[in-house]
Amino acid sequence: MLIVEQALNGLQFGLMLFLLAAGLTLVFGVMDMINLAHGSLYMVGAFVAAWLVALTGSFVLGIAGAVVLTAVFGMALEVVLLRTLYARDHLSQVLATFALILILNDGVKMIFGNDLPLSAPAALAGPVELLPGLVYPAYRLLILAVGLVLALLLWLLVQKTRMGALVRAGASNRTMATALGVDITRLFTFVFGIGAALCAVAGALLGPLLAVQVGMGENILILAFVVIVIGGIGSIRGALVGAILVGGIDTLGRTLLQHLFREFLPPQWASAAGPAVASVAVYVFMAVVLAVKPQGLFPARG
Amino acid sequence: MLHLRAPRTLVAPALLLAALALGAASAEAADKVKVGFVSTLSGPSSALGVDIRDGFLLAVKLNGGKLGNLPADVLVSDDQFKPDVAKQLFEKNIKRDKVDFMTGVVFSNIMLAALPEALDANTFYISPNAAPSSIAGKDCNPLFFAVSWPNDAYHEAAGQYANTRDLKSVYLVAPNYQAGKDSLAGFKRTFKGTVAGENYTKLGQLDYAAELAEIRAAKPQAVYIFLPGGMGINFIKQYVGAGLGKDTTLLLPGFSADQDVINPVGAAMAGLFNTAHWSPDFTNAANVKFMAEFQKEYKRVPTLYASQGYDAALLIDAAVRDTKGRLEDHEAVRKALKAARFDSVRGPFKFNTNQYPIQNYFVRTIGSDGKGGLVNKSFNEPILKNHGDAYVQNCAMK
Amino acid sequence: MLSEAKHPGLARSVALIALAAIVLALPFLLRALGFDFYLSLASRIVVYAIAATSLNLVLGYGGMVSFGHAAFVGLGAYVTGVMISEGVQSGSAHLGAVVLVTAFAALAIGAISLRTRGVYFIMITLAFAQMLFYLANSVKGYGGDEGLNVRARSLFSLGGWVLDLKNPLALYYVALAVLAASLFALARFVPSRLGYAMLAIRDDDVRAEAIGFPTYRYKLVVFVAAGVLGGIAGALSVNLQGYVSPNALHWTQSGTLMVMVILGGVATVWGGVAGAAVLLLLQEMLGSWTEHGEFWTGWVLLAVVLFARRGLVGIALSRRAQSAT
Repeated sequence: MLIVEQALNGLQFGLMLFLLAAGLTLVFGVMDMINLAHGSLYMVGAFVAAWLVALTGSFVLGIAGAVVLTAVFGMALEVVLLRTLYARDHLSQVLATFALILILNDGVKMIFGNDLPLSAPAALAGPVELLPGLVYPAYRLLILAVGLVLALLLWLLVQKTRMGALVRAGASNRTMATALGVDITRLFTFVFGIGAALCAVAGALLGPLLAVQVGMGENILILAFVVIVIGGIGSIRGALVGAILVGGIDTLGRTLLQHLFREFLPPQWASAAGPAVASVAVYVFMAVVLAVKPQGLFPARG
Repeated sequence: MLHLRAPRTLVAPALLLAALALGAASAEAADKVKVGFVSTLSGPSSALGVDIRDGFLLAVKLNGGKLGNLPADVLVSDDQFKPDVAKQLFEKNIKRDKVDFMTGVVFSNIMLAALPEALDANTFYISPNAAPSSIAGKDCNPLFFAVSWPNDAYHEAAGQYANTRDLKSVYLVAPNYQAGKDSLAGFKRTFKGTVAGENYTKLGQLDYAAELAEIRAAKPQAVYIFLPGGMGINFIKQYVGAGLGKDTTLLLPGFSADQDVINPVGAAMAGLFNTAHWSPDFTNAANVKFMAEFQKEYKRVPTLYASQGYDAALLIDAAVRDTKGRLEDHEAVRKALKAARFDSVRGPFKFNTNQYPIQNYFVRTIGSDGKGGLVNKSFNEPILKNHGDAYVQNCAMK
Repeated sequence: MLSEAKHPGLARSVALIALAAIVLALPFLLRALGFDFYLSLASRIVVYAIAATSLNLVLGYGGMVSFGHAAFVGLGAYVTGVMISEGVQSGSAHLGAVVLVTAFAALAIGAISLRTRGVYFIMITLAFAQMLFYLANSVKGYGGDEGLNVRARSLFSLGGWVLDLKNPLALYYVALAVLAASLFALARFVPSRLGYAMLAIRDDDVRAEAIGFPTYRYKLVVFVAAGVLGGIAGALSVNLQGYVSPNALHWTQSGTLMVMVILGGVATVWGGVAGAAVLLLLQEMLGSWTEHGEFWTGWVLLAVVLFARRGLVGIALSRRAQSAT
């Protein structure tokens, strides 16, 4: 039962990671832009959600509002600033989006303060008995549900709609797509908006579990990059598979390794070594994947 | 919310002033007291630093803006929960602002990183919170005074309380840093039952899904946690969310059971037992005044952290007063600090030879405040009386 | 008055000599003004300048976008810190150990990473740096994530004379000497045979390989050299701060170093120095004037990216080119 509960935890973490990675892989895949400020959109989404929930008293309105506002903000950012970076080299993109992280971190602090409280809706504050003996927090089940639904919707969007086809074409070969008459400018803005919206959902849902605070995006950003490299840049399917694998290795690895280390290390050492080795395992896994399949598991580039 | 910013020094006029200051003689009696206050004022655990600061500044304000007989200049800055930042702030306060006392840090790891700056510069550090076992014992230092408690104390009291409750198996959780290590060592020192599990989490961790699953699998009678600030708030919320509250008793140190946790967690806190050296319902004159003034000034119930900040200011006040403001006489200041002739809000106060407190510790329970909210209420008999710490014999100071 | 147009070389030499004089006399100038607290800021700028210059070597001149460079700096700091806490205080022992360990690490990491290209190279170097970060976090014996406090410092004995880096003056001048040596070496490297080869490799390494350059080997040499220099900067930084924590190896530190290089000027000898000085001074000044220093720092950086493509040194170079015509 412990393993099942931990597996669910890993899945929950993986799905939230997927929401961030999906937006990132599209931006990187379609626009060939390294966006370090992607984690900041996640932070903005969390803050707006916390603010709206406090304002309206409704968790649903809070998330919905945050999604809309963050998507709009993301698209505005794309039009005003990020567009000029597409033609620049990756290094300039790194510097510019790093600068953006600084600006957004302090900007959010100026508007909302350093942190905002965000609680799960009271109805979901308790546990749910899934099977006899398997009890799991209701709120985390909500996160799992939302994550799976969004993954499905995204898959439908990318595989079954015209817009999705255009996105896939752009990710596969941008020049050819332009040559074939795709309005690449509007496509980019749209892709960026979707990415921002997904970040907002992840930020709002994780807010009650973690803390809505300035700088919350930096930690999760690097894992999102690892996920898209494993999954294949530009591939939504790759992002999903990569995220679940990374989430699983990290979460399960943490607990299993701690148990293992406790056999021969004092508890303080075991507790430190377990998570450390699990995190290292994630990176080793990435290195192995790249050694075997240098373009990632499901490369989008044609 | 009160925002108190450090006095700003602009470089250009400071140039002029510095030149003038250099010319002025530096060996005469000081005309004011400068205190460097560095604490965690942002992030999920900011409530602790904010309370210590507010308690400290309240004491100064009630004293007419003075410490002892001298006007006080308190320079407040935020360590952002980062040891490197705290180190640089200490350096600034000591080398640039030339403070007479440093104080304020909440967390042991941050304090241990920044403390050498003060010790190397022969500046007193008055700790309103973090008081690790290392400095109680072999690393004790005449410049270090802990106004709060030894790190292990609340947990030794909790272990003792667990014995009186006849608890046979307890699962322990604490963050993986000096204070976390001290806390569980303290609990195990007095607790006579079995430890069902001992889990050290990452300092600052906020998602406890994995740890809660482990606890559920271990099936202990009780769970004892040391998770100050935002860590505790999240843990308790998720503990309740995981349905563990029904069969397993949750025992807490005062750090995870005070107003800063009660307010965000809410009704789930009712009836929980915890241990501390201070409670809002103490009836001594100093505390009655403190409770009244704090609530009037800040419109909220103070936490034990605020009481510690208040006491730290009172200690410095007593030292400055007793040396008649002659702060350059280092040895006299130290003797005055050690004598600690002030009325603490916790009741009787005295320092051990290692400059850590010897005091009583009480069990508290969270009950209704009569106005629809929750507050801590203490039991009359202390669970640990005139209790020092387990490390004093390793300290060379006598 | 000499006009720039008539004697540009002379004016520039005078300016350089004046700058050198100020830098050498800085500790005494600061003390005279009562600002001796700021000597540690000056030393910090020098140490970061060394680290940034080492990154410029691998990033600017080598064309290798290594997102894990902070790991070498951190490694140098930890090696020194661990040795001091075990009682070894000899500066030359520290230097020797740092060079050996970082060279070995850079060799291992470089050998594997340089087999990949583009964004995958970036991610692999990042991965290795994060692995070292988590390793530093897990060694509870040397502080783990609480960091390692180091009370003593490196001691160098020259003849009968002992140089203790605990003395802020000693630290400043030693760091300055290291920086000067690095800049000199870099300036000699650029027009050398290896330097020209790296130019070709940086522009198009497939073509360079086709011409006959042993690109992999040359890149590895540059990668290791940069790693070792970074490690030396790390050893100086732990002497400056008396403290090292795993945060020194975190990817955001690599990002900060990258920002300094790009800000100062990629592939310029003085780029690392300019970037480190400007960024740290900016943070210090803005930090003491406003609570929102990061906000304005971000805007300045953004402006540099959008309007000054070759960084600050690039601006200076183009100005000089303009006035010469």
